[in-house]
Amino acid sequence: MDISNYLYLSIILFTIGALGVLIRRNAIVIFMCIELMLNASNLALVTFSRIHGNLDGQVASFFTMVVAACEVVVGLAIIVTIYRSRRSASVDDASLLKN
Amino acid sequence: MRTSSHLVYLIALPLFSSAILLLLGRMADKWGHIFATLISASAFGVGVFEFMAMHSHTGANRAATQKLFEWISVGNLKVDASLLLDQLSICFVLLITGVGTLIHIYSIAYMDHDKDRRRFFAYLNFFIAAMLLLVLGNSYLNLYVGWEGVGLASYLLIGFWNHNQTYAVAAKKAFIANRIGDVGLSLAIMICFTQFGAVSFDGVKAGASHASPAALTAIGAMLLLAAAGKSAQFPLQSWLGDAMAGPTPVSALIHAATMVTAGVYLITRSNFIFDASSTARILVVTVGVITLLFGAIVGTAKDDIKKALAASTMSQIGYMILATGLGPVGYAFAIMHLLTHGFFKAGMFLGAGSVMHGMDDEINMRKYGGLAKLMPITAVTFGLGYLAILGVPPFAGFYSKDKIIETAFNQGGGKGIILGGAALLGAGITAFYMTRVVVLTFAGAKRWKDGSHPHESSVLMWGPMVVLAIGSIASGFLLSAGGALVNWLQPVVNASHAEGGKELMKPLVVSVLALGIVALGAGYAIIKYRTVPEVAPEKVSIFTKIARKDLYQDIFNDAVLVKPGTALTAGLVATDHHVIDGAVRLVGWVIGEVSDVLRKLQNGYVRSYALMMFVGVFIGALILWVVTA
Amino acid sequence: MLHNSFHFALTVGRTATPEAVQFWILAPLAVIAALGILVVKKAVHSALLMAWVMVTLAIFYIAEDALFLGIVQIVVYTGAVMMLFLFILMLVGIDSSESFVENLKGQRIPSIVAAIGLGGLLVSLLGRATVSAPAAGLVAANAEGNVQGIAKLLFTQYVWAFEVVSALLITAALGAMVLAHSQKVRSPFAQRDLSIARFRKSSLGDAAGLPASGVFARRNAVDVPALLPDGSPAPTSVSQTLRSRGDIITSAPFALEAIEEQED
Repeated sequence: MDISNYLYLSIILFTIGALGVLIRRNAIVIFMCIELMLNASNLALVTFSRIHGNLDGQVASFFTMVVAACEVVVGLAIIVTIYRSRRSASVDDASLLKN
Repeated sequence: MRTSSHLVYLIALPLFSSAILLLLGRMADKWGHIFATLISASAFGVGVFEFMAMHSHTGANRAATQKLFEWISVGNLKVDASLLLDQLSICFVLLITGVGTLIHIYSIAYMDHDKDRRRFFAYLNFFIAAMLLLVLGNSYLNLYVGWEGVGLASYLLIGFWNHNQTYAVAAKKAFIANRIGDVGLSLAIMICFTQFGAVSFDGVKAGASHASPAALTAIGAMLLLAAAGKSAQFPLQSWLGDAMAGPTPVSALIHAATMVTAGVYLITRSNFIFDASSTARILVVTVGVITLLFGAIVGTAKDDIKKALAASTMSQIGYMILATGLGPVGYAFAIMHLLTHGFFKAGMFLGAGSVMHGMDDEINMRKYGGLAKLMPITAVTFGLGYLAILGVPPFAGFYSKDKIIETAFNQGGGKGIILGGAALLGAGITAFYMTRVVVLTFAGAKRWKDGSHPHESSVLMWGPMVVLAIGSIASGFLLSAGGALVNWLQPVVNASHAEGGKELMKPLVVSVLALGIVALGAGYAIIKYRTVPEVAPEKVSIFTKIARKDLYQDIFNDAVLVKPGTALTAGLVATDHHVIDGAVRLVGWVIGEVSDVLRKLQNGYVRSYALMMFVGVFIGALILWVVTA
Repeated sequence: MLHNSFHFALTVGRTATPEAVQFWILAPLAVIAALGILVVKKAVHSALLMAWVMVTLAIFYIAEDALFLGIVQIVVYTGAVMMLFLFILMLVGIDSSESFVENLKGQRIPSIVAAIGLGGLLVSLLGRATVSAPAAGLVAANAEGNVQGIAKLLFTQYVWAFEVVSALLITAALGAMVLAHSQKVRSPFAQRDLSIARFRKSSLGDAAGLPASGVFARRNAVDVPALLPDGSPAPTSVSQTLRSRGDIITSAPFALEAIEEQED
């Protein structure tokens, strides 16, 4: 099996994650899809690390995880705040900028 | 040259009074006219005082100046607001304040029934102030301020009854015609500055002695244009007839005695320019001759008493302009005719006002007739003015007008004969139309309706008329006795080298000729107007028709100036509206339409924005894909 | 599977057969699970599918000689982050499901087209890039052990980024605290206030307080409505949360007649 299969898998997962962001309305699900995209890119980084024979890719992946964790913390806090004021986790309801 | 500290009062007094009357408003209604008249009289007093002071001095010390303040100091251009009272100015000062005061007195009674009498007097005082500034300024720029001031006063007073549409239009017409002349004056001032670096009379005089003929001719032509605008000379003459829309005292003061003669003053004051440029002089005499005949011909066909007198004014100023174009010797005669004309024409206008006052503001002479018995004082004073304008000795016009005709003949050669002949012909026509006015108004059978009750006016009105009539009798003799005025003005107009040698005709011959022609014209008028139809007859000669139409002056102006101007303006407005505004609107419209489309993208849904980002990424990848292919 | 137990990858550029087998089993499952995230209605199901994808990825990391990342993936992601997700899901309503009717015009179809297009483009680009590119493998890099190798990089070459990221993490924690903290704009209702409010209502029906669950009924569990004196059930006696969730026992069997019948 060719190593690049991991990369193809990464592309597929990334695309699915992006699609999820675009078509789901629940903010939490959207968040999970973002995580999916980040994970897909992590997979690519790990694979690149293996292809190049050094650990830089893995370190980058590690940083990505940390940033993703930060993002989740803040993002979920925002969702909670929005939910508290609007009783809804749908991103379409937060459209005050409309018109 | 001495300095005087009183000159400013001449201007300040009426200006102050005008401001007081306008600012106090209705509070001054009760006493405003008295106050204005007293102020005008006190200005006359200052004038007389200054005249005495001048008389007591000799030589160069006769002229007096007063520097008010440094007005403009920009680079090379330094202009002081200074006043100059010399032998020429004092003539005007006395005329303006003297006749002005008489007309103030007259107006008290004439405007008695007008609720805006105070405003009228405020404007009159403003006019006096502006006119005095005009004749007292020591530079063209100071003169210009007064020049515009009298234009404004004239506008305000012609349109005094501006609730009447025709009167308001007449005021605008006068204002616009004057503006064209004013452009000439401002151009003349600018040329003076560029050529001589000065705009004061002294500075320009000094520069004129070694200036190029072309520049002098240009300045002269521009000054003539200015004079034509202000003095209703050809080709800017059309406004004066309509200016009769103003109250009759205004016609007497502004449009007969003083303001319209400002052009004569301007040319006389600029004698150093015209002396140095024969081309400019020829232009001046041409304009003068055309206007004197033009005015006279128009005067023969007018049934409106004031318009007939206005045409006469135009013609008489034509004489003055002609005289100013005749060289140094002519200036004095121009000023003499100006002064005598100021008396007799103002007197006749006041007489006309008195007639109108008695006839319920009827202005059509064909509806007068036989008024001499009912208004004896008016008839006599008017008659004296009539004799003066005809040039019958020993009345004022005889001394002034015959001198002009004589000087015209003395120009020598064909030019002298043409100018003299035209002036002589003008005198004949003048006799005809003035006789017509007198006959139609005071002689013959009554043609007015039984409803009106002609009566003699009050003493406030006939008093000034009597004073002016006395002036009409005596002023000519007094001014010319022993060459009084000629000698008096000599320092200003520099007439020492008058070419008196080559006389074409003896003065006596000229006088006899003139009197003969005058008698002819007057006699023809008397015969022609033994019976007068109440309505102007339709079947008249082609010449009468043309004259009734003011020699087509309005039609000419309309066709040559107004219509193309209006078309040009309309074109510009349309261009502005469709092309320039259209371009602006197009930009706005395009942005608006594009925004309308793009606005839909801004729907407020974060997922839509995410899709846009994603499509952007897609396009980026696509480009990468294409580039790396 | 050779000498070093940490190195699952055998040959340079190609994988060993066990890894290939593992990939071909797990990768389709991961893709299916990912697709499932998109189509399941309930958020909690999405979260479970997500956890599955993450665990799969952790296995792949380990298979790719990234032992440290694989462990971190399980501990931090699948453990902490997903737990956080589930926690928030509980907070906002665990059963909140959304309808799949797309209410944004021109959103779904273009999204799918663009996603497939982008995936296709990336695959195509990748195909161009990796043709005949041999992979180096991590045998040499992981000679001292994967964790030691990453640690060496982290604390030497990437120490600055490491510190910055730590600052970011602290900032995020503080930010989350600030965001989640809600300001009380009024004092909470005390018993006295509640009592007054009850008596000020339009009806005095519950002035004496709501009935407790199970009163006069055969059972007194929290999901059993009380019976009113006329024998009809009182839904207000059951907690609002249970009622809205639908976890309320039908009260018909507990009506007075039914009880009498049963006693007969």
